[in-house]
Amino acid sequence: MKVEADQVFANNQAAAAVGATGAVIKMKGDKVGVFYGSKQALFDVDLDIYERQVTALIGPSGCGKSTFLRCLNRMNDTIDICRVTGKITLDSEDIYDPAIDVVELRARVGMVFQKPNPFPKSIYENVAYGPRIHGLVKSKADLDNLVEQSLRGAGLWEEAKDRLQEPGTGLSGGQQQRLCIARAIAVAPEVILMDEPCSALDPIATAKVEELIDELRENYTIVIVTHSMQQAARVSQRTAMFHLGELVEVDDTKTIFTNPSEKRTQDYITGRFG
Amino acid sequence: MTTSVSAIVIIVLALTALGYILGRQRALAVSDREKTKLHSLPGYYGQTVALYVAVPAFLLLGVWLFVQPIAIESQISSDIPQSIVDQSGAKSLVMADVRRIANGLDLLVGSGGFTETDLANMRADFSNVRSRLASVGVALGSDVQPAVFEAAKSYRNIGKAGSLIRNIAVLVTALALGAWSWFRITPRMRARNTSETFIKSLLMGSSLIAILTTLGIIGSLLFESIHFFRIYPARDFFFSATWNPQFRGGSDLGILPLLWGTLYVSFVALALAVPLGLMIAIYLAEYAGSSLRSFAKPAIEMLAGIPTIVYGLFALITVGPFIRDWIAQPTGLGSSSSSVMTAGLVMGIMLIPFISSLSDDIINAVPQSMRDGSYGLGATQSETIRKVIMPAALPGIVGAFLLAASRAIGETMIVVMGAGASARLSVNPFEAMTTVTVKIVSQLTGDTEFASPETLVAFALGLTLFVFTLGLNIIALYIVRKYREQYE
Ligand SMILES: Nc1ncnc2c1ncn2[C@@H]1O[C@H](COP(=O)(O)OP(=O)(O)OP(=O)(O)O)[C@@H](O)[C@H]1O
Ligand SMILES: [Mg+2]
Repeated sequence: MKVEADQVFANNQAAAAVGATGAVIKMKGDKVGVFYGSKQALFDVDLDIYERQVTALIGPSGCGKSTFLRCLNRMNDTIDICRVTGKITLDSEDIYDPAIDVVELRARVGMVFQKPNPFPKSIYENVAYGPRIHGLVKSKADLDNLVEQSLRGAGLWEEAKDRLQEPGTGLSGGQQQRLCIARAIAVAPEVILMDEPCSALDPIATAKVEELIDELRENYTIVIVTHSMQQAARVSQRTAMFHLGELVEVDDTKTIFTNPSEKRTQDYITGRFG
Repeated sequence: MTTSVSAIVIIVLALTALGYILGRQRALAVSDREKTKLHSLPGYYGQTVALYVAVPAFLLLGVWLFVQPIAIESQISSDIPQSIVDQSGAKSLVMADVRRIANGLDLLVGSGGFTETDLANMRADFSNVRSRLASVGVALGSDVQPAVFEAAKSYRNIGKAGSLIRNIAVLVTALALGAWSWFRITPRMRARNTSETFIKSLLMGSSLIAILTTLGIIGSLLFESIHFFRIYPARDFFFSATWNPQFRGGSDLGILPLLWGTLYVSFVALALAVPLGLMIAIYLAEYAGSSLRSFAKPAIEMLAGIPTIVYGLFALITVGPFIRDWIAQPTGLGSSSSSVMTAGLVMGIMLIPFISSLSDDIINAVPQSMRDGSYGLGATQSETIRKVIMPAALPGIVGAFLLAASRAIGETMIVVMGAGASARLSVNPFEAMTTVTVKIVSQLTGDTEFASPETLVAFALGLTLFVFTLGLNIIALYIVRKYREQYE
């Protein structure tokens, strides 16, 4: 009974956490601050991430986009000198709560990096890695199936199905990045974080990945860091503008690009600084 | 002789310095006069002259020093009558006498009261050469034969003349080339490129010396080994299970017990060093904080700096008796403090830093993005190490392992002091055994004749060992090289 009550309470809270547009808040940053040693890289960031939407983080280099992104699945824990203050929740649970299992959190909030980083294993093993360590599948057939589904989901199946046993590092850059996306969705995360996923790719590969992001939005919540204004405009529903470690403003992508309320955003988007 | 060499070296060095100064001055003067800009910095012109003074002169000196004794030797030794050679057994012995007498005569003249003319008139059949030489500290085994004495005198004379010609030749070379390069200086001369070429050849020459030395070592090993296999059947050497050298010949010289001992000790050593070293490496690379790491890594590497004789003492005095008293004797497995176990464990400790240090570097070389990728998928640290980092680093670690193995196979001191010197084929690790290296030492330092199979076997053993470790090293290098291409 107790459990059920908690469940209901949690659901209520989740229901309560509904943004102005009616979408559900998946993750919520509340006065997030980040220090690298004694240097503060992020100041009091309040940012909501809506479920099944693409949120783009933009801003000039060094403003703290990656830093914020890495807070969302606690990748900053791997940096010794990094310290996070404030509160970040995933489905209303504080992810920095000592009771939270980081490993489980990262399975729920997956990450795709700026530079494609497939493991030096076969394509198949790259995708199977996550499901294996989390024990998501019972049999070899299930695993085969999951690998295929993930590769299809990442739009790589047609290109890779005949070379599953070849090393993932032998793929082209764009294919590698889609392999990394396949690898991330194979563990069925709820949120996918992408840090400049197209910065190492050519325009055609970029277009493919962007198309993919648009499809993934049906099932996943996505946060993407990008330096390309066009990309932010094309793929995201909401855009957050960072500058010097502060969140300047966050709004619907359309509003940000047509009618930003802050001058700094206007200047950045029109290429006047950054 | 040595004084005149060092004198000529100093003179050439002085000329080199002078050449530098003059070359630099001329470059400046010429460019001033012709009102053109120098192609290179003035120092390069000085350097060019200096190089032309020093390099050819020193090369000539080196070659001369090497060739002259050989030439004189062959000249003199052909003059020695066959009867004397037969008397003393071998030509090399007679020549040794000649050199000693010639040396003694040098000292005699040097000590004063005895001039070159006295020496020229001195005859072995009239004066007592032996006592004369004894007075300057050169003791001879027997009275000096006239022919040998005459040979010694001409040895001296030729040597002196040769040295004089040499000194002149070196000086002329230095001066002539120096002057030539000095006159050649014009503002357009590419002095910078000249000195670059010289430096390149110098560096190339140095590496050539290392390569030639290696070839020389292999050559001498091969030569003596062939000698050995002429007088001892190769089949017995490689396949006989007994090692039993005799002073009077008729020895059994089978390599198998020695090879077995070598492999057994190395196996024990690696069985200790590889897991421990790897775990240390993983801890240092993945878990330890940077401050601990910066302290612990050098501390562990210090183990590699301890001389192996010290490890040997440790084996002999501490580990050996400990293993005997606490393990071997209570279990009834052995009663000797020298054992494969003792040597193997101590050698294992010696090898730990090899494995840990190399593996640590290799693990660190695995890009952080691999770790991020794995952590980003929700893997724990040890899962990441086991499934991503280790497979990526494995080839490099195998390389480290093979390098450590060849080190273990070549180790001598620890084995002599820890495992003993009795060749034995046994599986009991608490018995004394010995290795190839130990037997190389004992066969060469024994007092059997050099040309006997008992001594020459050392070269065959050395060659076998060399081939063994060379093979391991080649495999290691191959693997390490292949691994470099892995994640790029
Ligand atoms: N590991 C680190 N150690 C110390 N300082 C760091 C570290 N990572 C980032 N920083 C600092 O934090 C600030 C924000 O960096 P961050 O990487 O988040 O910027 P960014 O917005 O992602 O920039 P870019 O667009 O160039 O990727 C920068 O000033 C940076 O120097
Ligand atoms: Mg960044």
